Amino acid sequence: MADKETYISKFAELETKLSETAPSWVHDIRKSAIDRFAEQGFPTTKNEQWRFTRVRPLLRHDFEPVLEYEQDGLPARKLDELCIEDTGCRRVTFVNGHFAADLSDLGKLPKGVRIESLQKALQTDPERVQRHLSKYADTGNNPFVALNTAHLIDGTFIYLPKDTRVKEPIHLLHVTRSNAKPILSHPRILIVAEANTRASIVESYIGFDADTYFTNPVTEITVMDRAEIDHCKLQKESAAAYHMGTVQVHLGRDSRFKTDFISIGGTLVRNDVNAVLDDEGIECSVNGLYLANGHQHIDNHTLIEHAKPHCTSNELFKGILSDRAKAVFNGRIHVHPDAQKTDARQTNRCILLSDDAQINTNPQLEIYADDVKCTHGAAVGQIDENAVFYLRSRGIEKSAARQMLIEAFAAEVLEGIKINPVRERLTMDIIDWFTKARGAGKAD
Amino acid sequence: MLEIKNLHASIQGKEILKGVDLKVSAGQVHAIMGPNGSGKSTLAQVIAGRDTFDVTSGDILYKGKSILEMAPEERACEGIFLAFQYPVEIPGVRNSYFLKSALNAKRKYNGEDEIDAMEFLALIKDKIELLEIKKSFIERPVNDGFSGGEKKRNEVLQMAVLEPTLAVLDETDSGLDIDALKIVANGVNALRGPGRAIVVVTHYQRLLNYIVPDVVHVLLDGRIVKTGDRDLALELEDKGYAEVQKQAAKG
Ligand SMILES: Nc1ncnc2c1ncn2[C@@H]1O[C@H](COP(=O)(O)OP(=O)(O)OP(=O)(O)O)[C@@H](O)[C@H]1O
Ligand SMILES: [Mg+2]
Repeated sequence: MADKETYISKFAELETKLSETAPSWVHDIRKSAIDRFAEQGFPTTKNEQWRFTRVRPLLRHDFEPVLEYEQDGLPARKLDELCIEDTGCRRVTFVNGHFAADLSDLGKLPKGVRIESLQKALQTDPERVQRHLSKYADTGNNPFVALNTAHLIDGTFIYLPKDTRVKEPIHLLHVTRSNAKPILSHPRILIVAEANTRASIVESYIGFDADTYFTNPVTEITVMDRAEIDHCKLQKESAAAYHMGTVQVHLGRDSRFKTDFISIGGTLVRNDVNAVLDDEGIECSVNGLYLANGHQHIDNHTLIEHAKPHCTSNELFKGILSDRAKAVFNGRIHVHPDAQKTDARQTNRCILLSDDAQINTNPQLEIYADDVKCTHGAAVGQIDENAVFYLRSRGIEKSAARQMLIEAFAAEVLEGIKINPVRERLTMDIIDWFTKARGAGKAD
Repeated sequence: MLEIKNLHASIQGKEILKGVDLKVSAGQVHAIMGPNGSGKSTLAQVIAGRDTFDVTSGDILYKGKSILEMAPEERACEGIFLAFQYPVEIPGVRNSYFLKSALNAKRKYNGEDEIDAMEFLALIKDKIELLEIKKSFIERPVNDGFSGGEKKRNEVLQMAVLEPTLAVLDETDSGLDIDALKIVANGVNALRGPGRAIVVVTHYQRLLNYIVPDVVHVLLDGRIVKTGDRDLALELEDKGYAEVQKQAAKG
């Protein structure tokens, strides 16, 4: 059993070991974060935001961070196989929480653009990092964000100076290779997209076989005026992995931000995505697709803060659950009194392939302005047996018919993904997943 | 081609078909008429293999062999086609993808090579022209947002592509305007031939002006109570089902 105290005492040990490596302000951030963590402790289901997700299983393990990068001869091809075929992307790879230069390939970057490890950025661009790091993700509101911030060692820094554009997708690949040790990593990503910039960024998380480990990432993204960022979080951890992640987004005037949250792996997964629409004319899309079988538990929490008028937000989440899988979708939309003419939409649809699968959907609309359009919808259903019969009556086999309908269900999210290598691989992943789920559950 | 013997079928314990006998030979067109709820669609669905209905006794022979144990997809691959009274909407599946998958499933079953996208386009082009269907139609999701008439046309398009040996059309004429009715009838007539049989379920003798049947049956309360030639359809249109009902009650 590793409780709050265990994490706090391990932090003290780690902090002394790390005292040489980072500037003092980083230590201050870490120390204040561990205090925030100590105040909150691990959440229980009494906490409104954690009502349907128990973190107790996570506390049964004694997870340990890995202090240094160990090269262990992972071939890039194997990573492609597990994650996405990312030829043509700019790739930054982290293994067990450490930057792996040998597995990264950035190519030649446009002038002024930085894509580098956070540790390096602390040397090359410390002032900018200091100006933004831990300025968006709130350590007082989520103990896992506090824990990540307290253990801040490394991660990725992306800086797009005004008017720049990176055409190729930027792939931030996080690999955990635990070799049966319960490894813990706290990847930290900081993305600063200045005015009128453009980029697509994929953060992916993969693991091996049935390794048990814990990934606790935090991503902070600031998208300034008129910038356009297309983001995707692809979670394909091992089947026994724990993943608790937050993506915190701050949006400026007339900016465009889109993200797709894809969850396939993990035993206990919690994704938080919080977007603050902090000026006028913003368009923000937050979509998701989650597939779960066995005893997987996947919780997606979204928070859209409409702080200013004339902004649009769109959320579309779709889930497919089989066996005894459980999922949670909590979509909070907060329209501040100032935010007139807000247009906010939210949908969560879920297909249950077995009687024992379960979904909790909870829309939370808090609207304090009067001239707004806010809609939300949720639907839970099975595969449409009328449609299955229709397809079969045309000669298509039962299993193929069901697969076709599952693909069709996911298509709405998939077709919205503009980052090609992600969309292409996902199409196959869904088929793979479904073929396995069919064997495992009473789905057929 | 099709022989139905004393077929009883029920749903959730409620008997709907109460002893249907029907024999359709190759080259023939049969029409089945009958009041709402008499069991016409049930019969059509049972022929296609819908498993929500339980066949409690009797048999369905197709080309001399019982098909009761065959899965719906197997029946389809053997050449049975049902045009649904209520075609199902399938958002997210493109009509062309659906049609190509269906055609290739059938070809694979029959030991033929699957056709590629180019061949498929060439094949479908003729059918689309015959049925006066808009090209955009085949790139839309199956029946999704289609008007009632468009859905029926789509059924006939599928039939034209799959070229069944036994086609059962369940009220394919309902909801069609006069022009569409003629076009659909053309599609059906194009399929007519010595090796094929067609069963049309309809409420309107009007359709039978365009698809002239060899035999007309009246299905009433789960039984075929009267069989005649195409004049029977005219008679029904004139007098309604009351007369047949009375005779059936007596007999
Ligand atoms: N799924 C079902 N559950 C319960 N009853 C059903 C079901 N499907 C059909 N029935 C019943 O079976 C009977 C026959 O229905 P069927 O659809 O075969 O009639 P029909 O002759 O095709 O009628 P229509 O002319 O209106 O199309 C009706 O009483 C109907 O209510
Ligand atoms: Mg009917």
